Amino acid sequence: MKGRPAAMTVMGVCTVYFLTPIWWLFVSATKTRADFTTTAPLWFADVALVDNVREVLTYRDGIFVRWMGNSVLYTAGAALIGTLLAAMCGYALAIYRFPGRETIFNVVLGGVLVPATALALPLFLIFSRAGAANTFWAVFLPSLVNPFGVYLARIYAAASVPGELVEAARIDGAGEVRTFFTISARLMLPALVTIFLFQFTAVWNNFLLPLIMLGDERLFPVTLGLYTWNTQVNQVPQLRGLVLVGALLSVVPLVVAFLLLQRFWRNGLGTGSVK
Amino acid sequence: MKIPRRPLAVAASVAVLVTACSAPDDTADAAACTPGDAQSVTLTYTSWIPGIEEVVDVWNKANPKIQIKVQTGPNGNNGTYQNFFNQLRAGNPPDLGHIEYDALPSFRVQDGLFDLGACANVADARGQFIDWTWDQVSFGEENSAYGIPQDSGPMALFYRKDLFEKNTIAVPATWDEYAAAAEKVRAAGGYITNFSQSDINQFAGLSWQAGAHWFANDGDAWTVRLTDPETTKVAAYWQGLLDRKLVSTVPPWTTEWDHAYNSGSAWTWVSAVWGANSISSGAPDTAGRWAVAPMPQWQAGGAVSGNWGGSSTAVFKGSAHPYEAAQFALWLNTSEEALTLLAQKANLYPATKAGASLPVYAQGVEFYGGQKIYEVFAQAATQVTPGFVWGPTMTSTYATTSDGFKTAVSGGGTLTGALAAAQRSTVDTLKSQSIPVKE
Repeated sequence: MKGRPAAMTVMGVCTVYFLTPIWWLFVSATKTRADFTTTAPLWFADVALVDNVREVLTYRDGIFVRWMGNSVLYTAGAALIGTLLAAMCGYALAIYRFPGRETIFNVVLGGVLVPATALALPLFLIFSRAGAANTFWAVFLPSLVNPFGVYLARIYAAASVPGELVEAARIDGAGEVRTFFTISARLMLPALVTIFLFQFTAVWNNFLLPLIMLGDERLFPVTLGLYTWNTQVNQVPQLRGLVLVGALLSVVPLVVAFLLLQRFWRNGLGTGSVK
Repeated sequence: MKIPRRPLAVAASVAVLVTACSAPDDTADAAACTPGDAQSVTLTYTSWIPGIEEVVDVWNKANPKIQIKVQTGPNGNNGTYQNFFNQLRAGNPPDLGHIEYDALPSFRVQDGLFDLGACANVADARGQFIDWTWDQVSFGEENSAYGIPQDSGPMALFYRKDLFEKNTIAVPATWDEYAAAAEKVRAAGGYITNFSQSDINQFAGLSWQAGAHWFANDGDAWTVRLTDPETTKVAAYWQGLLDRKLVSTVPPWTTEWDHAYNSGSAWTWVSAVWGANSISSGAPDTAGRWAVAPMPQWQAGGAVSGNWGGSSTAVFKGSAHPYEAAQFALWLNTSEEALTLLAQKANLYPATKAGASLPVYAQGVEFYGGQKIYEVFAQAATQVTPGFVWGPTMTSTYATTSDGFKTAVSGGGTLTGALAAAQRSTVDTLKSQSIPVKE
């Protein structure tokens, strides 16, 4: 009990530290352009949130809506397929014994340490050779692989899928694929949610790859679109407000994903630590 | 720690390998600039100008045989230039690109630009452009054009008419008067202006007016002269204002900076024609209280202006249809239709002689008390010193200069010291890129 006030203080400071920028963003997004420069940055002036949101959604025939849609497509698609790939790969590494297993795992682990930024340019050159730069696939395909997910899936599979269970399934006549989907994947579910969330945020926030790959603004994810607007503020001052409101709207899907899935996530982190 | 290094090294060597086999081929250079025999062509054009799609639509409707496809991205220094370099390396640059004057030389030294001087249609159009804007794309070489001038940023003095009148301060016509006015403004509780510590382009414009020539290229080697007497004079002048605390030093392009103008703390701004829009949007409370006068002069009775900003439309080497691309670039930057749209959508001020008399620029501007401010800029556009050349490594020159200026502003050095450091580092950067340089 002695440590409690101290812990609360640390938590309180962290909360303020993390929430202040979001609070600022929210307050700023509700202001009119004139109020934005002239009124106190952390408190409301005339609330014009609805007008601001409408302006963002309709600016240039609703290009922002398209960017949001693209982001959801890149992110949800890549996170779903990526989680499946990571789960299968990690599962295989955990359950099956085969020569080269550790080597493969070590190479994957090495992949964790290569920042995505370092790979963007080589990927661009490769996609250019294939004539696929500036296409949907140029951003989607590289987002599918996630070495950290493979690592997590292996650890979780080893901890939560007992070898005896897999053995029993085999004796009962289930094929390997069926065993994976009907038994193992379910046991690994909390881990899969964790991997999904990690990858969801990683792809949603991935900026450099689309920046390098894409020139057609109809393919932009929302991060790149907002950044592009932000660099045009000097020429079109109206955009400053749109960037703020757009940034606020662009974090909404992330918040929703976390709120919906956090129950699983907490579960997943706990399971791993106890075993 | 051994394992993680391996994939990194592999990735790096793959990058080198891919780079090596996709170097841009030089054969395109030899292609004469003549009309192609293809029935119809589709060209790609990368630009971050707001609203460019609508301008291109006008062209596409009128020219079914030369269709332009717009690509976009963040503004040049924030990503699109790097993309251009990557694309040139990968061998798939767009046909046309939007490139600011100060970035053109860096593409030229990378051999990335098609010399449109060989195109008959371009040579014929040269006379339509204000001479000094043509220098920006020809680099002073006869019969060369590494792009078509698009817009320009002739400079003038924006000032708070109401405050100057109320405090009976005369509008400064020379830099001496400007310094004297600065004292009076400070006494009245304001700052005459805000010194731009991190946007070096403004300082470049001020030096340009004073007759500085930061770079020169004699065809064999570059000369760097960031410390020439003219630049040094300008630096010493502003150092004097800084030392006497007569100017504020808020970082430019921030809300703090907007606030300085909106709240009446900063009274003037020596800026380019596009600055008119920056003030009206950043300082909405001051509507009707501003006016525009010619830039203060170094010599009483002089009529010299500087330039801040401006860009060109360039054709990348490797384009299979340079003639058609040039045809579009010329239309975009000389036709009244396109220039009017560019002015309305993106506040681009044309680089052509006829551009100044577009009807959009004939109106009085309400924010400036109804003054026909563009008459001042049209005058200034003809008074910019010709022959100013940008260097091939401006990004790094700007970065070192701005580092030095920031230190100087916080009292840790001088502007002239910062320029001397930038001079050294620019020469080093040129050498490190194997660009010949005379010391």
